[in-house]
Amino acid sequence: MKNIWVIYRKELKSYFSSWIAWILMAFFALVFGWFFYSATAYFVSRSMQAMMMGGSMPMNMNEWIIRPVLMNVSVIGLFVIPMITMRLFAEEKRSGTIELLMTSPVRDYEMIAAKWLAALTLWAGILAVSALNLAYLFIYGTPDWKPILVGYLGLLLQGGCLLALGTFISTLTRNQIIAVGVTFAVCLMLWILDWVTGFETATWARIVSYFSVVAHFEAFSKGVIDTKDIIFYVSAIFFGLFLTARSMEALRWRA
Amino acid sequence: MINVEGLTKRYGRTVAVDSISFTVEKGQIVGFLGPNGAGKTTTMRVLTCFLPPTAGTATLAGYDVIKQPLEVKRRIGYLPETPPLYPEMEVGEYLAFAGRIKGVAKSDLARRVDEVMDLCAIGDVRKKLISKLSKGYRQRVGLAQAIIHNPDVLILDEPTAGLDPKQIIETRELIKSLAKAGAHTIILSTHILPEVEQTCEKVIIINKGKLVATDSVDNLTHRLRGCESVAVDVAARDGKLDAAAAQRKLEQVPGVGRVVMKENRGDRCLFEVESLERRQIRPELARAVVEAGWNLNELRPMAMSLEEIFLQVTSTEEEHEAVAAGESK
Repeated sequence: MKNIWVIYRKELKSYFSSWIAWILMAFFALVFGWFFYSATAYFVSRSMQAMMMGGSMPMNMNEWIIRPVLMNVSVIGLFVIPMITMRLFAEEKRSGTIELLMTSPVRDYEMIAAKWLAALTLWAGILAVSALNLAYLFIYGTPDWKPILVGYLGLLLQGGCLLALGTFISTLTRNQIIAVGVTFAVCLMLWILDWVTGFETATWARIVSYFSVVAHFEAFSKGVIDTKDIIFYVSAIFFGLFLTARSMEALRWRA
Repeated sequence: MINVEGLTKRYGRTVAVDSISFTVEKGQIVGFLGPNGAGKTTTMRVLTCFLPPTAGTATLAGYDVIKQPLEVKRRIGYLPETPPLYPEMEVGEYLAFAGRIKGVAKSDLARRVDEVMDLCAIGDVRKKLISKLSKGYRQRVGLAQAIIHNPDVLILDEPTAGLDPKQIIETRELIKSLAKAGAHTIILSTHILPEVEQTCEKVIIINKGKLVATDSVDNLTHRLRGCESVAVDVAARDGKLDAAAAQRKLEQVPGVGRVVMKENRGDRCLFEVESLERRQIRPELARAVVEAGWNLNELRPMAMSLEEIFLQVTSTEEEHEAVAAGESK
Protein backbone atom coordinates (compact mmCIF):
# COMPACT_ATOMS: atom_id res chain seq x y z
CA MET A 1 0.00 0.00 0.00
CA LYS A 2 2.84 2.35 0.93
CA ASN A 3 4.59 1.53 -2.34
CA ILE A 4 1.47 2.43 -4.32
CA TRP A 5 1.35 5.81 -2.61
CA VAL A 6 5.08 6.47 -3.22
CA ILE A 7 4.97 5.61 -6.91
CA TYR A 8 1.61 7.34 -7.34
CA ARG A 9 3.06 10.59 -6.05
CA LYS A 10 6.10 10.28 -8.27
CA GLU A 11 3.95 9.67 -11.36
CA LEU A 12 1.65 12.55 -10.63
CA LYS A 13 4.55 14.88 -10.04
CA SER A 14 6.23 13.91 -13.27
CA TYR A 15 2.99 14.60 -15.18
CA PHE A 16 3.12 18.15 -13.96
CA SER A 17 6.85 18.73 -14.17
CA SER A 18 7.00 17.37 -17.73
CA TRP A 19 4.27 19.80 -18.79
CA ILE A 20 2.03 17.04 -20.18
CA ALA A 21 -0.60 17.74 -17.54
CA TRP A 22 -0.61 21.49 -18.20
CA ILE A 23 -0.78 21.09 -21.96
CA LEU A 24 -3.63 18.58 -21.77
CA MET A 25 -5.54 20.79 -19.37
CA ALA A 26 -5.07 23.80 -21.62
CA PHE A 27 -6.15 21.82 -24.67
CA PHE A 28 -9.17 20.48 -22.86
CA ALA A 29 -10.14 23.90 -21.49
CA LEU A 30 -10.04 25.29 -25.01
CA VAL A 31 -12.06 22.54 -26.65
CA PHE A 32 -14.52 22.21 -23.82
CA GLY A 33 -14.90 25.98 -23.70
CA TRP A 34 -15.82 26.02 -27.36
CA PHE A 35 -18.38 23.21 -27.03
CA PHE A 36 -19.80 24.84 -23.96
CA TYR A 37 -20.04 28.22 -25.66
CA SER A 38 -21.80 26.84 -28.74
CA ALA A 39 -24.23 24.75 -26.70
CA THR A 40 -25.06 27.70 -24.46
CA ALA A 41 -25.42 30.13 -27.35
CA TYR A 42 -27.74 27.69 -29.12
CA PHE A 43 -29.71 27.22 -25.93
CA VAL A 44 -30.07 30.98 -25.47
CA SER A 45 -31.27 31.59 -29.05
CA ARG A 46 -33.73 28.69 -28.83
CA SER A 47 -35.20 29.89 -25.56
CA MET A 48 -35.57 33.43 -26.98
CA GLN A 49 -37.51 31.92 -29.85
CA ALA A 50 -39.62 29.84 -27.51
CA MET A 51 -40.43 32.90 -25.45
CA MET A 52 -41.47 34.89 -28.51
CA MET A 53 -43.66 32.04 -29.60
CA GLY A 54 -45.33 32.41 -26.25
CA GLY A 55 -44.09 29.17 -24.66
CA SER A 56 -44.50 29.40 -20.91
CA MET A 57 -42.22 26.52 -19.82
CA PRO A 58 -38.52 27.48 -19.47
CA MET A 59 -36.25 25.11 -21.37
CA ASN A 60 -34.25 22.55 -19.40
CA MET A 61 -30.55 23.39 -19.07
CA ASN A 62 -29.57 19.82 -18.25
CA GLU A 63 -31.23 18.58 -21.39
CA TRP A 64 -30.01 21.31 -23.70
CA ILE A 65 -26.54 22.19 -22.50
CA ILE A 66 -25.08 19.71 -20.05
CA ARG A 67 -26.03 16.47 -21.73
CA PRO A 68 -24.69 17.29 -25.22
CA VAL A 69 -21.55 18.85 -23.75
CA LEU A 70 -20.82 15.80 -21.60
CA MET A 71 -21.35 13.56 -24.62
CA ASN A 72 -18.74 15.66 -26.39
CA VAL A 73 -16.33 15.31 -23.45
CA SER A 74 -16.73 11.57 -23.66
CA VAL A 75 -15.40 11.76 -27.22
CA ILE A 76 -12.65 14.28 -26.40
CA GLY A 77 -11.52 11.72 -23.86
CA LEU A 78 -10.64 9.37 -26.71
CA PHE A 79 -8.03 11.92 -27.82
CA VAL A 80 -6.75 12.96 -24.42
CA ILE A 81 -6.40 9.56 -22.78
CA PRO A 82 -3.74 8.12 -25.11
CA MET A 83 -1.62 11.15 -24.29
CA ILE A 84 -2.02 10.49 -20.58
CA THR A 85 -1.02 6.84 -20.72
CA MET A 86 1.64 6.86 -23.43
CA ARG A 87 4.55 7.54 -21.10
CA LEU A 88 3.54 5.37 -18.15
CA PHE A 89 5.71 2.38 -19.00
CA ALA A 90 7.16 3.28 -22.41
CA GLU A 91 9.21 6.10 -20.91
CA GLU A 92 10.52 3.94 -18.04
CA LYS A 93 11.54 1.28 -20.54
CA ARG A 94 13.28 3.77 -22.79
CA SER A 95 15.23 5.51 -20.05
CA GLY A 96 16.03 2.31 -18.15
CA THR A 97 14.35 3.43 -14.95
CA ILE A 98 12.16 0.35 -15.24
CA GLU A 99 15.22 -1.49 -13.89
CA LEU A 100 15.06 0.58 -10.71
CA LEU A 101 11.39 -0.24 -10.20
CA MET A 102 11.67 -3.90 -11.11
CA THR A 103 14.70 -4.51 -8.89
CA SER A 104 13.13 -2.74 -5.91
CA PRO A 105 11.01 -4.69 -3.45
CA VAL A 106 7.79 -3.58 -5.14
CA ARG A 107 5.16 -5.98 -6.44
CA ASP A 108 4.06 -5.65 -10.04
CA TYR A 109 0.46 -4.93 -9.13
CA GLU A 110 1.55 -2.10 -6.83
CA MET A 111 3.42 -0.50 -9.70
CA ILE A 112 0.47 -0.92 -12.08
CA ALA A 113 -2.13 0.32 -9.60
CA ALA A 114 0.00 3.36 -8.75
CA LYS A 115 0.47 4.31 -12.38
CA TRP A 116 -3.16 3.78 -13.29
CA LEU A 117 -4.38 5.76 -10.28
CA ALA A 118 -2.04 8.62 -11.16
CA ALA A 119 -3.38 8.63 -14.71
CA LEU A 120 -6.95 8.57 -13.40
CA THR A 121 -6.18 11.47 -11.08
CA LEU A 122 -4.87 13.50 -13.97
CA TRP A 123 -7.99 12.68 -15.99
CA ALA A 124 -10.11 13.81 -13.03
CA GLY A 125 -8.05 16.99 -12.84
CA ILE A 126 -8.63 17.64 -16.51
CA LEU A 127 -12.38 17.10 -16.07
CA ALA A 128 -12.32 19.48 -13.12
CA VAL A 129 -11.30 22.26 -15.50
CA SER A 130 -14.76 22.01 -17.08
CA ALA A 131 -16.40 22.67 -13.71
CA LEU A 132 -15.38 26.32 -14.14
CA ASN A 133 -17.65 26.59 -17.18
CA LEU A 134 -20.50 24.76 -15.54
CA ALA A 135 -20.27 27.14 -12.59
CA TYR A 136 -21.66 29.83 -14.90
CA LEU A 137 -24.84 27.81 -15.37
CA PHE A 138 -25.34 27.79 -11.64
CA ILE A 139 -24.78 31.54 -11.45
CA TYR A 140 -27.28 32.41 -14.19
CA GLY A 141 -29.68 29.51 -13.96
CA THR A 142 -30.83 26.59 -11.89
CA PRO A 143 -29.69 23.34 -13.47
CA ASP A 144 -30.19 20.11 -11.54
CA TRP A 145 -26.83 19.14 -10.01
CA LYS A 146 -27.49 15.42 -9.53
CA PRO A 147 -27.47 14.40 -13.20
CA ILE A 148 -24.27 16.44 -13.58
CA LEU A 149 -22.54 14.40 -10.90
CA VAL A 150 -23.75 11.17 -12.50
CA GLY A 151 -22.40 12.40 -15.84
CA TYR A 152 -18.99 13.05 -14.32
CA LEU A 153 -19.01 9.66 -12.63
CA GLY A 154 -19.62 8.15 -16.06
CA LEU A 155 -16.75 10.14 -17.56
CA LEU A 156 -14.43 8.93 -14.79
CA LEU A 157 -15.45 5.31 -15.34
CA GLN A 158 -15.15 5.53 -19.11
CA GLY A 159 -11.79 7.26 -18.71
CA GLY A 160 -10.66 4.66 -16.19
CA CYS A 161 -11.36 1.84 -18.59
CA LEU A 162 -9.56 3.48 -21.51
CA LEU A 163 -6.68 4.42 -19.20
CA ALA A 164 -6.34 0.79 -18.18
CA LEU A 165 -6.11 -0.25 -21.83
CA GLY A 166 -3.64 2.58 -22.49
CA THR A 167 -1.51 1.48 -19.56
CA PHE A 168 -1.40 -2.00 -21.04
CA ILE A 169 -0.41 -0.71 -24.47
CA SER A 170 2.32 1.41 -22.90
CA THR A 171 3.99 -1.73 -21.53
CA LEU A 172 4.31 -3.16 -25.03
CA THR A 173 6.74 -0.62 -26.41
CA ARG A 174 9.54 1.70 -25.43
CA ASN A 175 8.40 4.24 -28.00
CA GLN A 176 5.85 6.75 -26.75
CA ILE A 177 4.74 7.64 -30.28
CA ILE A 178 3.79 4.03 -30.93
CA ALA A 179 2.05 3.84 -27.55
CA VAL A 180 -0.01 6.95 -28.25
CA GLY A 181 -0.86 5.87 -31.81
CA VAL A 182 -1.98 2.36 -30.92
CA THR A 183 -3.94 3.53 -27.89
CA PHE A 184 -5.69 6.14 -29.98
CA ALA A 185 -6.60 3.56 -32.63
CA VAL A 186 -8.00 1.25 -29.96
CA CYS A 187 -9.99 4.06 -28.34
CA LEU A 188 -11.38 5.05 -31.71
CA MET A 189 -12.38 1.47 -32.49
CA LEU A 190 -14.12 1.14 -29.14
CA TRP A 191 -16.10 4.27 -29.94
CA ILE A 192 -17.28 3.47 -33.45
CA LEU A 193 -18.14 -0.17 -32.72
CA ASP A 194 -21.50 1.20 -31.67
CA TRP A 195 -22.26 2.52 -35.17
CA VAL A 196 -22.96 -0.96 -36.40
CA THR A 197 -26.38 -0.83 -34.73
CA GLY A 198 -27.33 1.92 -37.17
CA PHE A 199 -27.66 -0.51 -40.06
CA GLU A 200 -27.72 -3.95 -38.48
CA THR A 201 -29.90 -5.42 -35.75
CA ALA A 202 -28.67 -9.03 -35.67
CA THR A 203 -27.29 -10.51 -32.47
CA TRP A 204 -23.67 -10.15 -33.56
CA ALA A 205 -24.18 -6.45 -34.09
CA ARG A 206 -25.62 -6.07 -30.61
CA ILE A 207 -22.68 -7.97 -29.16
CA VAL A 208 -20.20 -5.84 -31.06
CA SER A 209 -21.87 -2.63 -30.04
CA TYR A 210 -21.84 -3.78 -26.42
CA PHE A 211 -18.10 -3.22 -26.45
CA SER A 212 -18.44 0.41 -27.46
CA VAL A 213 -17.24 2.40 -24.46
CA VAL A 214 -19.05 5.55 -25.54
CA ALA A 215 -22.41 3.78 -25.89
CA HIS A 216 -22.24 2.84 -22.21
CA PHE A 217 -21.80 6.47 -21.35
CA GLU A 218 -25.09 7.53 -22.88
CA ALA A 219 -27.18 6.62 -19.84
CA PHE A 220 -24.74 8.45 -17.55
CA SER A 221 -25.07 11.59 -19.67
CA LYS A 222 -28.81 11.56 -19.01
CA GLY A 223 -28.16 11.28 -15.30
CA VAL A 224 -29.10 7.59 -15.13
CA ILE A 225 -26.90 5.10 -13.30
CA ASP A 226 -27.39 1.70 -14.86
CA THR A 227 -25.73 -1.26 -13.10
CA LYS A 228 -25.13 -2.83 -16.50
CA ASP A 229 -22.91 0.07 -17.55
CA ILE A 230 -21.06 0.16 -14.24
CA ILE A 231 -20.36 -3.55 -14.51
CA PHE A 232 -19.10 -3.04 -18.05
CA TYR A 233 -16.71 -0.26 -17.07
CA VAL A 234 -15.43 -1.87 -13.90
CA SER A 235 -14.78 -5.19 -15.58
CA ALA A 236 -13.08 -3.41 -18.50
CA ILE A 237 -10.81 -1.63 -15.98
CA PHE A 238 -9.87 -4.91 -14.35
CA PHE A 239 -9.36 -6.55 -17.73
CA GLY A 240 -7.00 -3.77 -18.85
CA LEU A 241 -5.01 -3.90 -15.61
CA PHE A 242 -4.91 -7.68 -15.79
CA LEU A 243 -3.43 -7.50 -19.29
CA THR A 244 -0.88 -5.00 -17.97
CA ALA A 245 0.16 -7.40 -15.22
CA ARG A 246 0.54 -10.27 -17.71
CA SER A 247 2.50 -8.04 -20.03
CA MET A 248 4.90 -7.07 -17.24
CA GLU A 249 5.50 -10.69 -16.48
CA ALA A 250 6.21 -11.31 -20.15
CA LEU A 251 8.55 -8.32 -20.07
CA ARG A 252 10.72 -10.14 -17.56
CA TRP A 253 10.90 -13.20 -19.73
CA ARG A 254 11.51 -11.34 -22.97
CA ALA A 255 13.64 -8.40 -21.90
CA MET B 1 26.52 -14.76 0.32
CA ILE B 2 25.89 -15.34 -3.35
CA ASN B 3 25.51 -18.82 -4.69
CA VAL B 4 24.99 -19.42 -8.39
CA GLU B 5 24.59 -22.89 -9.79
CA GLY B 6 24.18 -23.96 -13.38
CA LEU B 7 22.70 -20.60 -14.28
CA THR B 8 21.51 -20.52 -17.90
CA LYS B 9 19.66 -17.81 -19.75
CA ARG B 10 18.42 -18.21 -23.30
CA TYR B 11 16.75 -15.60 -25.46
CA GLY B 12 14.94 -17.61 -28.06
CA ARG B 13 17.72 -19.59 -29.66
CA THR B 14 20.66 -17.53 -28.48
CA VAL B 15 22.28 -18.63 -25.27
CA ALA B 16 23.35 -15.52 -23.37
CA VAL B 17 24.58 -17.32 -20.28
CA ASP B 18 25.49 -20.98 -20.40
CA SER B 19 25.46 -22.95 -17.16
CA ILE B 20 27.54 -20.65 -14.96
CA SER B 21 28.33 -21.55 -11.37
CA PHE B 22 30.19 -19.51 -8.78
CA THR B 23 30.06 -18.42 -5.18
CA VAL B 24 30.87 -15.13 -3.52
CA GLU B 25 31.73 -14.83 0.15
CA LYS B 26 30.40 -12.11 2.42
CA GLY B 27 32.37 -8.88 2.22
CA GLN B 28 34.22 -9.81 -0.97
CA ILE B 29 34.62 -7.51 -3.94
CA VAL B 30 34.30 -9.60 -7.06
CA GLY B 31 35.13 -8.47 -10.55
CA PHE B 32 33.07 -9.80 -13.37
CA LEU B 33 35.34 -9.65 -16.35
CA GLY B 34 34.53 -10.27 -19.97
CA PRO B 35 34.27 -8.60 -23.36
CA ASN B 36 31.08 -6.87 -24.44
CA GLY B 37 28.32 -9.37 -25.03
CA ALA B 38 29.87 -12.02 -22.82
CA GLY B 39 26.77 -12.28 -20.64
CA LYS B 40 27.83 -10.09 -17.74
CA THR B 41 24.75 -7.89 -17.75
CA THR B 42 22.43 -10.85 -18.20
CA THR B 43 23.94 -12.63 -15.20
CA MET B 44 23.61 -9.50 -13.10
CA ARG B 45 20.03 -9.04 -14.17
CA VAL B 46 19.24 -12.55 -13.05
CA LEU B 47 20.89 -11.90 -9.68
CA THR B 48 18.81 -8.75 -9.23
CA CYS B 49 15.57 -10.58 -10.09
CA PHE B 50 15.10 -8.41 -13.16
CA LEU B 51 15.20 -11.49 -15.39
CA PRO B 52 14.26 -15.03 -14.49
CA PRO B 53 16.85 -17.65 -15.41
CA THR B 54 15.99 -20.28 -18.01
CA ALA B 55 17.65 -22.94 -15.88
CA GLY B 56 19.75 -23.19 -12.76
CA THR B 57 19.45 -21.45 -9.43
CA ALA B 58 20.82 -18.35 -7.80
CA THR B 59 20.53 -17.49 -4.12
CA LEU B 60 21.50 -14.31 -2.35
CA ALA B 61 21.85 -14.38 1.43
CA GLY B 62 20.00 -17.69 1.33
CA TYR B 63 17.02 -16.38 -0.64
CA ASP B 64 16.19 -17.78 -4.05
CA VAL B 65 15.81 -15.24 -6.88
CA ILE B 66 12.80 -17.05 -8.32
CA LYS B 67 10.98 -18.11 -5.18
CA GLN B 68 11.65 -15.15 -2.90
CA PRO B 69 12.31 -12.18 -5.18
CA LEU B 70 11.05 -9.59 -2.70
CA GLU B 71 13.45 -10.79 0.00
CA VAL B 72 16.31 -10.77 -2.49
CA LYS B 73 15.41 -7.31 -3.77
CA ARG B 74 15.38 -5.93 -0.21
CA ARG B 75 19.00 -7.01 0.16
CA ILE B 76 20.51 -5.86 -3.11
CA GLY B 77 21.46 -2.53 -4.52
CA TYR B 78 21.79 -2.44 -8.28
CA LEU B 79 23.42 0.08 -10.55
CA PRO B 80 22.62 -0.82 -14.17
CA GLU B 81 24.91 0.22 -17.00
CA THR B 82 22.89 3.39 -17.57
CA PRO B 83 21.97 4.79 -14.16
CA PRO B 84 18.18 4.57 -13.79
CA LEU B 85 17.52 8.26 -13.20
CA TYR B 86 14.43 10.41 -13.61
CA PRO B 87 15.66 13.53 -15.39
CA GLU B 88 12.79 15.69 -14.15
CA MET B 89 13.62 15.08 -10.48
CA GLU B 90 16.03 16.87 -8.20
CA VAL B 91 18.86 14.75 -6.82
CA GLY B 92 17.65 14.83 -3.22
CA GLU B 93 14.10 14.12 -4.26
CA TYR B 94 15.20 11.20 -6.41
CA LEU B 95 17.21 9.61 -3.61
CA ALA B 96 14.28 10.00 -1.23
CA PHE B 97 12.05 8.27 -3.81
CA ALA B 98 14.56 5.45 -4.26
CA GLY B 99 14.84 5.07 -0.49
CA ARG B 100 11.08 4.88 -0.06
CA ILE B 101 10.48 2.20 -2.67
CA LYS B 102 13.41 0.21 -1.31
CA GLY B 103 11.76 0.19 2.07
CA VAL B 104 13.87 2.64 4.09
CA ALA B 105 11.83 3.57 7.17
CA LYS B 106 10.35 7.05 7.13
CA SER B 107 12.23 8.07 10.28
CA ASP B 108 15.59 7.06 8.75
CA LEU B 109 15.01 8.43 5.28
CA ALA B 110 16.35 11.97 5.66
CA ARG B 111 19.42 10.70 7.52
CA ARG B 112 20.12 7.99 4.90
CA VAL B 113 19.79 10.49 2.05
CA ASP B 114 22.33 12.75 3.76
CA GLU B 115 24.67 9.84 4.41
CA VAL B 116 24.76 8.51 0.86
CA MET B 117 25.11 12.04 -0.49
CA ASP B 118 28.18 12.48 1.70
CA LEU B 119 29.58 9.10 0.71
CA CYS B 120 29.15 9.73 -3.00
CA ALA B 121 30.13 13.40 -2.76
CA ILE B 122 26.99 14.74 -4.39
CA GLY B 123 25.84 17.03 -1.59
CA ASP B 124 26.57 20.09 -3.73
CA VAL B 125 24.01 19.10 -6.39
CA ARG B 126 21.22 18.17 -4.00
CA LYS B 127 18.83 20.78 -5.40
CA LYS B 128 19.84 20.33 -9.03
CA LEU B 129 17.69 18.67 -11.66
CA ILE B 130 19.13 15.33 -12.71
CA SER B 131 18.80 16.31 -16.38
CA LYS B 132 21.34 19.08 -15.74
CA LEU B 133 24.00 16.82 -14.22
CA SER B 134 27.25 15.78 -15.87
CA LYS B 135 27.91 12.15 -16.61
CA GLY B 136 30.18 11.71 -13.60
CA TYR B 137 27.58 13.10 -11.24
CA ARG B 138 24.88 10.92 -12.78
CA GLN B 139 26.98 7.86 -12.17
CA ARG B 140 27.48 8.85 -8.55
CA VAL B 141 23.79 9.56 -8.05
CA GLY B 142 23.16 6.10 -9.51
CA LEU B 143 25.57 4.62 -7.02
CA ALA B 144 23.95 6.56 -4.18
CA GLN B 145 20.60 5.12 -5.23
CA ALA B 146 22.03 1.62 -5.08
CA ILE B 147 23.29 1.96 -1.51
CA ILE B 148 20.46 4.04 -0.04
CA HIS B 149 18.90 1.09 1.79
CA ASN B 150 22.27 -0.22 2.98
CA PRO B 151 22.01 -3.49 1.07
CA ASP B 152 24.04 -6.59 1.84
CA VAL B 153 24.94 -7.08 -1.78
CA LEU B 154 25.85 -4.40 -4.26
CA ILE B 155 25.72 -5.19 -7.97
CA LEU B 156 27.37 -2.65 -10.25
CA ASP B 157 27.24 -2.99 -14.01
CA GLU B 158 30.24 -1.23 -15.54
CA PRO B 159 30.36 1.46 -12.87
CA THR B 160 33.21 3.36 -14.51
CA ALA B 161 32.13 3.17 -18.16
CA GLY B 162 32.15 6.55 -19.86
CA LEU B 163 33.79 8.46 -17.01
CA ASP B 164 36.91 10.55 -17.34
CA PRO B 165 40.13 9.27 -15.72
CA LYS B 166 39.77 11.37 -12.58
CA GLN B 167 36.19 10.24 -12.08
CA ILE B 168 37.21 6.64 -12.68
CA ILE B 169 39.75 6.80 -9.88
CA GLU B 170 37.25 8.47 -7.57
CA THR B 171 34.60 5.87 -8.34
CA ARG B 172 37.01 3.02 -7.67
CA GLU B 173 38.01 4.57 -4.36
CA LEU B 174 34.37 4.97 -3.48
CA ILE B 175 33.63 1.33 -4.25
CA LYS B 176 36.56 0.20 -2.16
CA SER B 177 35.52 2.40 0.73
CA LEU B 178 32.02 0.97 0.56
CA ALA B 179 33.33 -2.55 0.92
CA LYS B 180 35.39 -1.49 3.91
CA ALA B 181 32.76 0.65 5.60
CA GLY B 182 29.55 -1.27 5.29
CA ALA B 183 30.68 -4.84 4.86
CA HIS B 184 28.84 -4.86 1.53
CA THR B 185 29.47 -7.75 -0.76
CA ILE B 186 30.14 -6.23 -4.16
CA ILE B 187 29.99 -7.62 -7.68
CA LEU B 188 31.13 -5.25 -10.38
CA SER B 189 31.39 -5.95 -14.06
CA THR B 190 33.95 -4.45 -16.34
CA HIS B 191 35.92 -5.10 -19.45
CA ILE B 192 38.95 -3.23 -18.14
CA LEU B 193 41.56 -5.46 -16.55
CA PRO B 194 43.40 -2.91 -14.38
CA GLU B 195 40.10 -2.03 -12.81
CA VAL B 196 39.75 -5.56 -11.53
CA GLU B 197 43.35 -5.58 -10.38
CA GLN B 198 42.91 -2.37 -8.45
CA THR B 199 39.55 -2.90 -6.84
CA CYS B 200 38.70 -6.58 -6.62
CA GLU B 201 39.80 -9.53 -4.55
CA LYS B 202 38.32 -12.18 -6.75
CA VAL B 203 37.68 -12.29 -10.44
CA ILE B 204 35.20 -14.22 -12.54
CA ILE B 205 35.98 -14.28 -16.23
CA ILE B 206 33.27 -15.12 -18.69
CA ASN B 207 33.31 -15.25 -22.44
CA LYS B 208 30.45 -15.98 -24.83
CA GLY B 209 28.23 -16.92 -21.92
CA LYS B 210 30.63 -19.47 -20.52
CA LEU B 211 32.67 -19.32 -17.37
CA VAL B 212 36.33 -19.21 -18.33
CA ALA B 213 37.97 -18.85 -14.95
CA THR B 214 37.30 -17.90 -11.36
CA ASP B 215 40.28 -17.05 -9.27
CA SER B 216 41.64 -14.59 -6.80
CA VAL B 217 43.09 -11.51 -8.42
CA ASP B 218 46.55 -12.26 -7.01
CA ASN B 219 46.62 -15.68 -8.60
CA LEU B 220 45.32 -14.39 -11.88
CA THR B 221 47.81 -11.56 -12.19
CA HIS B 222 50.58 -13.90 -11.16
CA ARG B 223 49.55 -16.33 -13.82
CA LEU B 224 49.35 -13.61 -16.41
CA ARG B 225 52.60 -12.04 -15.32
CA GLY B 226 54.13 -15.47 -15.80
CA CYS B 227 54.71 -14.26 -19.31
CA GLU B 228 55.79 -10.67 -19.36
CA SER B 229 55.67 -8.24 -22.22
CA VAL B 230 58.08 -5.30 -22.21
CA ALA B 231 58.45 -2.33 -24.54
CA VAL B 232 62.12 -1.39 -25.03
CA ASP B 233 63.25 1.80 -26.71
CA VAL B 234 66.93 1.64 -27.68
CA ALA B 235 68.92 4.55 -29.10
CA ALA B 236 72.48 4.87 -30.36
CA ARG B 237 74.82 7.17 -28.35
CA ASP B 238 75.74 8.86 -31.63
CA GLY B 239 74.96 8.24 -35.27
CA LYS B 240 73.04 5.33 -36.65
CA LEU B 241 71.71 2.37 -34.69
CA ASP B 242 72.21 -1.08 -36.15
CA ALA B 243 68.66 -2.38 -35.65
CA ALA B 244 69.46 -5.96 -36.55
CA ALA B 245 72.35 -6.04 -34.09
CA ALA B 246 70.16 -4.61 -31.35
CA GLN B 247 67.51 -7.19 -32.01
CA ARG B 248 70.07 -10.00 -31.88
CA LYS B 249 71.43 -8.60 -28.63
CA LEU B 250 67.99 -8.54 -27.02
CA GLU B 251 67.21 -12.04 -28.20
CA GLN B 252 70.34 -13.30 -26.47
CA VAL B 253 69.23 -12.01 -23.08
CA PRO B 254 68.41 -15.03 -20.89
CA GLY B 255 64.66 -15.55 -20.45
CA VAL B 256 63.64 -13.70 -23.58
CA GLY B 257 61.22 -15.59 -25.78
CA ARG B 258 60.47 -13.33 -28.68
CA VAL B 259 61.56 -9.90 -29.91
CA VAL B 260 59.49 -7.91 -32.36
CA MET B 261 60.69 -4.65 -33.89
CA LYS B 262 57.87 -2.12 -33.80
CA GLU B 263 59.53 0.97 -35.12
CA ASN B 264 62.88 1.93 -36.65
CA ARG B 265 63.75 5.63 -36.81
CA GLY B 266 67.36 5.26 -37.83
CA ASP B 267 69.00 6.44 -34.63
CA ARG B 268 66.55 4.66 -32.35
CA CYS B 269 64.42 1.54 -32.35
CA LEU B 270 61.34 0.38 -30.47
CA PHE B 271 61.11 -3.33 -29.65
CA GLU B 272 58.49 -5.44 -28.01
CA VAL B 273 60.05 -8.17 -25.94
CA GLU B 274 58.19 -11.16 -24.56
CA SER B 275 59.62 -13.24 -21.77
CA LEU B 276 59.47 -16.98 -21.40
CA GLU B 277 57.15 -18.23 -18.72
CA ARG B 278 57.77 -17.05 -15.17
CA ARG B 279 60.90 -15.03 -15.93
CA GLN B 280 61.65 -11.50 -14.86
CA ILE B 281 63.61 -10.03 -17.74
CA ARG B 282 63.59 -6.30 -17.21
CA PRO B 283 66.85 -6.01 -15.22
CA GLU B 284 68.74 -8.18 -17.70
CA LEU B 285 67.34 -6.26 -20.66
CA ALA B 286 68.47 -2.97 -19.19
CA ARG B 287 71.94 -4.27 -18.45
CA ALA B 288 72.31 -5.79 -21.91
CA VAL B 289 71.39 -2.58 -23.68
CA VAL B 290 73.69 -0.40 -21.60
CA GLU B 291 76.60 -2.88 -21.81
CA ALA B 292 76.28 -2.86 -25.60
CA GLY B 293 76.92 0.89 -25.55
CA TRP B 294 73.45 2.03 -26.43
CA ASN B 295 71.10 4.38 -24.62
CA LEU B 296 68.02 2.93 -23.01
CA ASN B 297 65.30 5.53 -23.60
CA GLU B 298 62.44 3.52 -22.26
CA LEU B 299 61.76 0.20 -20.57
CA ARG B 300 58.10 -0.30 -19.86
CA PRO B 301 56.07 -3.37 -18.88
CA MET B 302 53.12 -3.53 -21.22
CA ALA B 303 49.62 -3.99 -19.84
CA MET B 304 47.93 -6.93 -21.38
CA SER B 305 44.80 -6.30 -23.31
CA LEU B 306 41.78 -8.34 -22.52
CA GLU B 307 42.04 -10.17 -25.81
CA GLU B 308 45.51 -11.36 -24.88
CA ILE B 309 44.28 -12.52 -21.52
CA PHE B 310 41.51 -14.45 -23.14
CA LEU B 311 43.93 -15.97 -25.56
CA GLN B 312 46.13 -16.98 -22.67
CA VAL B 313 43.38 -18.18 -20.40
CA THR B 314 41.61 -20.12 -23.09
CA SER B 315 44.75 -21.60 -24.61
CA THR B 316 45.35 -23.62 -21.46
CA GLU B 317 41.74 -24.48 -21.11
CA GLU B 318 42.01 -27.82 -19.34
CA GLU B 319 43.88 -26.30 -16.46
CA HIS B 320 41.37 -23.51 -15.99
CA GLU B 321 38.38 -25.69 -16.35
CA ALA B 322 39.80 -27.70 -13.52
CA VAL B 323 40.10 -24.50 -11.50
CA ALA B 324 36.56 -23.47 -12.34
CA ALA B 325 35.22 -26.87 -11.45
CA GLY B 326 37.06 -26.75 -8.15
CA GLU B 327 35.52 -23.37 -7.38
CA SER B 328 31.99 -24.49 -7.99
CA LYS B 329 32.17 -27.46 -5.65
